[in-house]
Amino acid sequence: MTVSGTASPPRLNSVPPSAEDAAALERTWRDPPGLLGWLAAINHKEIGKRFIVTAFGFFVAGGLLAAAMRLQLAQPDNRLIGPDLYNQIFTMHGTTMMFLFAVPVMQAMSIYLVPLMIGSRSVAFPRMNAYGYWIYLFGGLMLFVAFALNIGPDAGWFSYVPLAGPDYSPGKRVDFWAQMITFTELSALIEAVILITGVLKLRAPGMTLNRIPLFVWGMLVTAFMVMFAMPAVMLASTALITDRLVATHFYNPAEGGDAILWQHLFWFFGHPEVYLIFIPGLGFMSAIIPTFARRPIFGYSAMVLSLIATAFLAFGLWVHHMFATNLPELGKSFFTAVSMMIAIPSAVQIFCWLATLWTGKLVFKTPLLFTFAFFFVLVLGGMTGIILASVPLDLQVHDTYFVVAHLHYVLIGGAVFPLFGAFYYWFPKITGRMLSERLGRWNFWLFLIGFNVTFFPMHMLGLQGMPRRVYTYGAEMGWSNLNALASLGALTIAISMLLFVINVWRSLRHGAVAGPNPWNAGTLEWSTPSPPPACNFEAIPVVGGRDPLWEPGGVRGHVAGLAVDSRELLMTTVLDAEPETRESFPEPTIWPFVGAVATTVFFIGSIFTPWAIVWGSVPVAIALTAWFWPKRRENTAHLALERAP
Amino acid sequence: MGAELRRRAFALVAAAVAAASAGAAFAQGRTPVVPGAHDALAVAGPQAAQIGELWNLTVFICTAVFCAILLGVVFALWRSGRARDDEPADLSSIGRHERGPYLSVLWSVGVSIVLLLVLVVASVVTDRALARMSLENAVNIDVTGHQWWWELRYGGDKPSDSFTTANELHIPVGRPVILKLRADDVIHSFWVPSLAGKKDLIPGRTATLHFRADQAGRYRGQCAEFCGFQHAFMAFEVIAEPPDRYDAWVAAQRQPAAEPTDAGARRGQEVFLGSACIMCHAIEGTTAGARKAPDLTHLASRTTIAAGTLPNRSAELARWIANPQEFKPGTNMPATALPADDMRALVAYLESLK
Repeated sequence: MTVSGTASPPRLNSVPPSAEDAAALERTWRDPPGLLGWLAAINHKEIGKRFIVTAFGFFVAGGLLAAAMRLQLAQPDNRLIGPDLYNQIFTMHGTTMMFLFAVPVMQAMSIYLVPLMIGSRSVAFPRMNAYGYWIYLFGGLMLFVAFALNIGPDAGWFSYVPLAGPDYSPGKRVDFWAQMITFTELSALIEAVILITGVLKLRAPGMTLNRIPLFVWGMLVTAFMVMFAMPAVMLASTALITDRLVATHFYNPAEGGDAILWQHLFWFFGHPEVYLIFIPGLGFMSAIIPTFARRPIFGYSAMVLSLIATAFLAFGLWVHHMFATNLPELGKSFFTAVSMMIAIPSAVQIFCWLATLWTGKLVFKTPLLFTFAFFFVLVLGGMTGIILASVPLDLQVHDTYFVVAHLHYVLIGGAVFPLFGAFYYWFPKITGRMLSERLGRWNFWLFLIGFNVTFFPMHMLGLQGMPRRVYTYGAEMGWSNLNALASLGALTIAISMLLFVINVWRSLRHGAVAGPNPWNAGTLEWSTPSPPPACNFEAIPVVGGRDPLWEPGGVRGHVAGLAVDSRELLMTTVLDAEPETRESFPEPTIWPFVGAVATTVFFIGSIFTPWAIVWGSVPVAIALTAWFWPKRRENTAHLALERAP
Repeated sequence: MGAELRRRAFALVAAAVAAASAGAAFAQGRTPVVPGAHDALAVAGPQAAQIGELWNLTVFICTAVFCAILLGVVFALWRSGRARDDEPADLSSIGRHERGPYLSVLWSVGVSIVLLLVLVVASVVTDRALARMSLENAVNIDVTGHQWWWELRYGGDKPSDSFTTANELHIPVGRPVILKLRADDVIHSFWVPSLAGKKDLIPGRTATLHFRADQAGRYRGQCAEFCGFQHAFMAFEVIAEPPDRYDAWVAAQRQPAAEPTDAGARRGQEVFLGSACIMCHAIEGTTAGARKAPDLTHLASRTTIAAGTLPNRSAELARWIANPQEFKPGTNMPATALPADDMRALVAYLESLK
């Protein structure tokens, strides 16, 4: 980089930043050029963009799998797709949407947005961030390569044992599923650590905990949930793969294992997982609504406390996935109560948004439209959720198409509609250009109509006795018309998604130039150019309120004294964001990429032989050692900064 | 060269069309069965009826709340003003107590909590009522789930009174039924929507389910927990009969299989006992005693074969035996190639097992 040697003292920025400062910062913070540079990139915006695009790619792949299922179910006794392929397809669809799209895309959005929203130049641990991305990408690719080779998992995204165990799923299919879990959970845990550290330590001065944007609160809460929920499924899937590879019998009742153990471990993760997807969606809502209602959010503290309450309660209701097992009835009632209780914090937030809309003056743009879909779709899904929370009602509709309808209403209504709102909202920030409003409206209405046509009939199908995960059904069952209708709706959703892709494609070239703050929003990410420079902020802002850009006079001031020729960040205190110390951040390096490749070889090799754990760890150790190897030049630069603040 | 290419292309297209039409013909291949009632809201017993009442209450409250929230959204849209694109944000709410919205939110949350409490109490009360159904004079039946069929074992006062059947659960109207649920391989779930909620059959564990049918009739059930290839065709029928007809059915089922009377059926019995059938199936009164597949002692008294997949008629039976994979790809029953005469005789024998 530009630090030439020990002789020259570090250069510090001034306020307002000079053109020279800006140029030096750009040189310091940008990723290196060329293919190797591309692989070595660690800038959070670059990694964030790749993450978002990759997650959207998996969303499209998962959607095509869903389309294949709807094609198969469009008519009774259809022989288009046999059970072998169908079971792979629905397993891949669920796995892709839950593990490769819904959780990662939220983390991807926050990798890009959170540093901008809290006034930082980077995520915490930028190299680990790059490693997390590569691990996620390779894990997802591994799963799809396996699927393309007809060894895709076929025991469901929930992989219940003994069906997923060695006796009833011979071959490697389920092993790929279990290793995909290892990949994505590793990535998710890494991103959680990065987010928590960043939000707690890298905020701009003045951004006290009670001034953090609600989206950032949502992601902070989500990251903490990841840290408590994900280990359960990692433990479960590791026990599954050892059962399959080295006959450990964790889940084999004949050898003292237990099939229900899997369900407890899986759902102890699996239910919080839903909220990992839902809470970022709430964050998007809380970011979009105030901007387009032209007022600060109503009930900020209540919103934050609701998010935290949701996160706590989310860990207390996993058994409502297991009401049909022979657990004690009284115990089940407890989980009914918690499952219903979690509606309360959601209700608080919904009413606070309504109050915000009620008392604001509205600007009708596409992002706001998508938030209205939330009120219709998610609330309906919440109502069917209350039905599923009740033990007796659940026993009727559990594992039927009613649940398929419910979960799509909740996840698409609670996360995907807000996510698309977020795409429309932040696209100008990320690319510098606006998405077309006209195509956006078509995208929205076709999605909303198509969604309801697809999934509403499934409530009825469930009550009429149609179980989930069936590859076909008889004409005599009377389910044909509603299924045909659902397939028609799926086609409509596909068209709306195509419109979105066209909109992105066209707007990247011909969209109106956005400028720094096209929506006149109040949070910090809108104070920097679109797209933001490599360093995000030429001078770190000082914050005096929850919506700093709306404060009279804008941000209060800027931080001076950070190096412009070295990657230096201001660290602030956890509660009050008072300046605490300056921290030198690492430079781009190829080693996270190499480390991810080595880890991938290690993980995939261990599907085929336990010995891969032995020889596979050598390249991983080499890559990690090289990654952390201190460089004299960097140390000298850091020391110079330390001595001359 | 060009002509050759054209010829090949034509052959390819012709093959594709042939394959597609064969597929279409295939799709017509399965003769549909006549399923019993299978609707969670068309109830025929006290358990499903209790759940139905709770359903009505819950759906009523949820619909009311859903409509109220939608009305709130519509009212907010209608009431609040419109802003220009560049309208400055209204910051007057900062540091001010917004009494109106505050009270509205408080009241809305309060009402939500009360309604949720009502639903929790209603749910627990219903759950208790389901658990406390009278079990006096109950019929006990052991149900074992297999990939992909149901084994049903009826007990009796003496060991010799017990008998095994498959996929058709006969029960007496008005008497409670206690099912003891086990699984032989993977997890299955027993569900008859018109009679009761579902219960999982889990390897290594025993679960019980009790219900009662108050109206005579046929009720369809199906496995609800994903259990592999043929989860889609793991159905069964519950046949609720007046007590006298039920008793007659039990008496008949306790008998060993009828000895074949005519020459064709006798030949069929020889074919059965001389082929791979006996590796998995049992017929009481013969030397066939394997328990890996449905008991065939009284096969002809059942209305469907292959777990509710096909009607139990000679033509379907023959096609099923010849190639089960055509109807249930992945099923554990292998194809049995038999000369036409033997197949006719075998089917005649099986159809004689009333």
